[in-house]
Amino acid sequence: MQHNEIPARHKSVSYAKWGYIFLIPFFLSFCIFTIIPLGRTFYYSTFEYFRSGLKTIGPTPVGLRNFVEIFSKADLGKYLWNTLWLWLLGFIPQIIVSLVLAVWFTDTRLHLRGQGFFKTVIYMPNLIMASAFSMLFFALFSDGGPINSAMEMLRMQPYSFLRNVAGTRGLIALMNFLMWFGNTTIVLMAAIMGIDTNLFEAAEIDGTNAWTTFWHVTIPLIKPVLSYTLITSMIGGLQMFDVPQILTNGNGNPNRSCMTIIMLLNNYMGKSKNYGYGGALSVILFVITSVLGLLVYYVLNTDEREERKLEKRSRMGGVQL
Amino acid sequence: MKKIIALLLAAVLMLPVCALGAEAEGSVLNIYCWNEEFKTRFEAFYTMPEGVEVNWVITPSTDNAYQNALDEALLNQEDAAADSRIDLFLVEADYAVKYSDSDFTLDVIGDVGLSAEDVADMYPYTKAIMTVGDALKGVSWQACPGGFIYRRTYAKEVLGTDDPAAVQQFVSDWDKFGETASKMKNAGYFMLSGFDDAYRCFSDNMSAPWVVDGMIQKDPVIEQWIAMTKEYTDLGYNNKANLWSAESSAGAGADGKVFGYFGPAWFIDFSLAKWTLADSTAEPAVGNGSWGDWAFCQGPQGFSWGGTWICAAAGTDNLSLVKDIMYKMTCDRETLAKIVEEYGDFTNSVETMTQMASGDYRNEFLGGQNHLALFLENAQNIVRAMSTAYDQTCTEKLMAAMVDYFNGVVDLDTAWDNFFTAVEEVHPELSH
Repeated sequence: MQHNEIPARHKSVSYAKWGYIFLIPFFLSFCIFTIIPLGRTFYYSTFEYFRSGLKTIGPTPVGLRNFVEIFSKADLGKYLWNTLWLWLLGFIPQIIVSLVLAVWFTDTRLHLRGQGFFKTVIYMPNLIMASAFSMLFFALFSDGGPINSAMEMLRMQPYSFLRNVAGTRGLIALMNFLMWFGNTTIVLMAAIMGIDTNLFEAAEIDGTNAWTTFWHVTIPLIKPVLSYTLITSMIGGLQMFDVPQILTNGNGNPNRSCMTIIMLLNNYMGKSKNYGYGGALSVILFVITSVLGLLVYYVLNTDEREERKLEKRSRMGGVQL
Repeated sequence: MKKIIALLLAAVLMLPVCALGAEAEGSVLNIYCWNEEFKTRFEAFYTMPEGVEVNWVITPSTDNAYQNALDEALLNQEDAAADSRIDLFLVEADYAVKYSDSDFTLDVIGDVGLSAEDVADMYPYTKAIMTVGDALKGVSWQACPGGFIYRRTYAKEVLGTDDPAAVQQFVSDWDKFGETASKMKNAGYFMLSGFDDAYRCFSDNMSAPWVVDGMIQKDPVIEQWIAMTKEYTDLGYNNKANLWSAESSAGAGADGKVFGYFGPAWFIDFSLAKWTLADSTAEPAVGNGSWGDWAFCQGPQGFSWGGTWICAAAGTDNLSLVKDIMYKMTCDRETLAKIVEEYGDFTNSVETMTQMASGDYRNEFLGGQNHLALFLENAQNIVRAMSTAYDQTCTEKLMAAMVDYFNGVVDLDTAWDNFFTAVEEVHPELSH
């Protein structure tokens, strides 16, 4: 009878191998373009290897000398500080504005009109190439530029934005803010829309005001997305390059206050193709990024882990009982 | 011992080149350069032999792109197929030594085959900068003596005359230049456009090279430039513009308040003349902006700025053609005279320039002045013995670092430290 054959059909068929086969292209390109260069970067960081004019010096193994010299000669601490400063200056307003906008846009009671329009507009700066954006700001805010002319017309004192530390850092932060707050808003909106609306209604019935709802319902529930935003933005911030590079013409002035780590790397790899220093700096940046990333991840997820632990313990307790 | 080894090496390297030269020549002539300047002159005045085509590899110099491309090609020269090897390449004054002081360039006389007489009439400095040991590693069609280019209207208004010889008396040394600057300031004008304008007057007269034995030097002449520029900035004698900035070029426009700029012949034609136009699409003529309202005088100090040299690349498969091009474009007086008439260059022949200076040549942008005569003396006095391969980096980084000092953002010592840091970042073999 035909019915007898049915159990044979239930024999499990494994499609897993196709998964691995489809993953091959990714892992191949990942190896060629990421793992191998990464390995070579680590390798060359222990060599003296650069060009003097047209002569290549090295590669000569020098142990950890490049690392020591980067810290002693190059004042790496200062550039690290510059980078973090520039990132924070842009990130803090960015996260505040994005949170506010995301809450407003998703508030069912507020029911803002023309959301599509605003969402498109705030995302737009992100579509412009960072270098083009930077050149635009350079032209706008230069001493003879339209902003200063407008200020003069309004009988204000003209201000040399690009000749003052505060002005230049402020412009870089402003650009990073403008370029990224739209993106962050949309990510946060997605997170907030993922929250069960019953929770908001329940909070409302309990008599909370908007602030309490935001602080005690919204924020805890979008924490994973917040930590994702923070980590990605921080990694992006540590790699800040094109905006300050173009705005300061690669010099990081005034007084090298806008010289970021990657700009330093660019200087190492420019005329002298200094693979030794470049490698060492990249390794340092790799370590810093990993440490900061892990740190943020653990700090933000502590509650969750503790909850999970508690849950586990209570379950185990149940069994014991 | 080292020298002997180097000589032997060089000799061995040259062998295949000489052998190649004797054989049939390649069908492609590869020329590396960074703009159209040489190309236009080459195409106007040189006829290529049949069966050989020119391949122009033009990479802009922005962000060091030209040198990066050239270096890669030169370093791969030995492995490249004969027709894709570099045959000719151009270099600029600020980094010429990087290439002249290397085995990648051929001796124009010993290897390429020009005679000492062929280059005898060239301005001495154009040869000095490219001479390494006894070998001349490149030749140029132009010489770049500079002077002070001033606005006639403002000269008449403040100094009472716009005659170049009379105005020269007001700027004949730096003290007088400062006094005139003060008069200009009182009349509401800026003597100079910005910080870097007078830089070349000083940097071209340095007392020692930028780098000696791997140590970056703090030259007293450069310190003089810094002190003077700081003083001028504080007194309001300049318009606080950076070199090549929009503010700097606006200073020469119809409403610009800048009295003068320092520069050589190429600066007048390629830069200043364009900046003066009110309508850049219209014909450059008197009445279009401040075009034609300018004149040239020698200024307080003789100097030169820039310049382009033609080098023959070691390993070229078109040696006799290279020789012919070098001769025609840089030694042939007839061509050099045509270049002056057509493009306003100050060309690299003492005799041709002397003749034309007393001839009926007139420059309309300079109000009909024959300024070649004023270049003559400066051109003879230029000394370029101080050039190093690091001049370009030092110049760029010094200007960038000192702006902070001129603007009062940092003190002088910090500015110098920033300069040293910036240079050593780019050239790890240097210290101070």
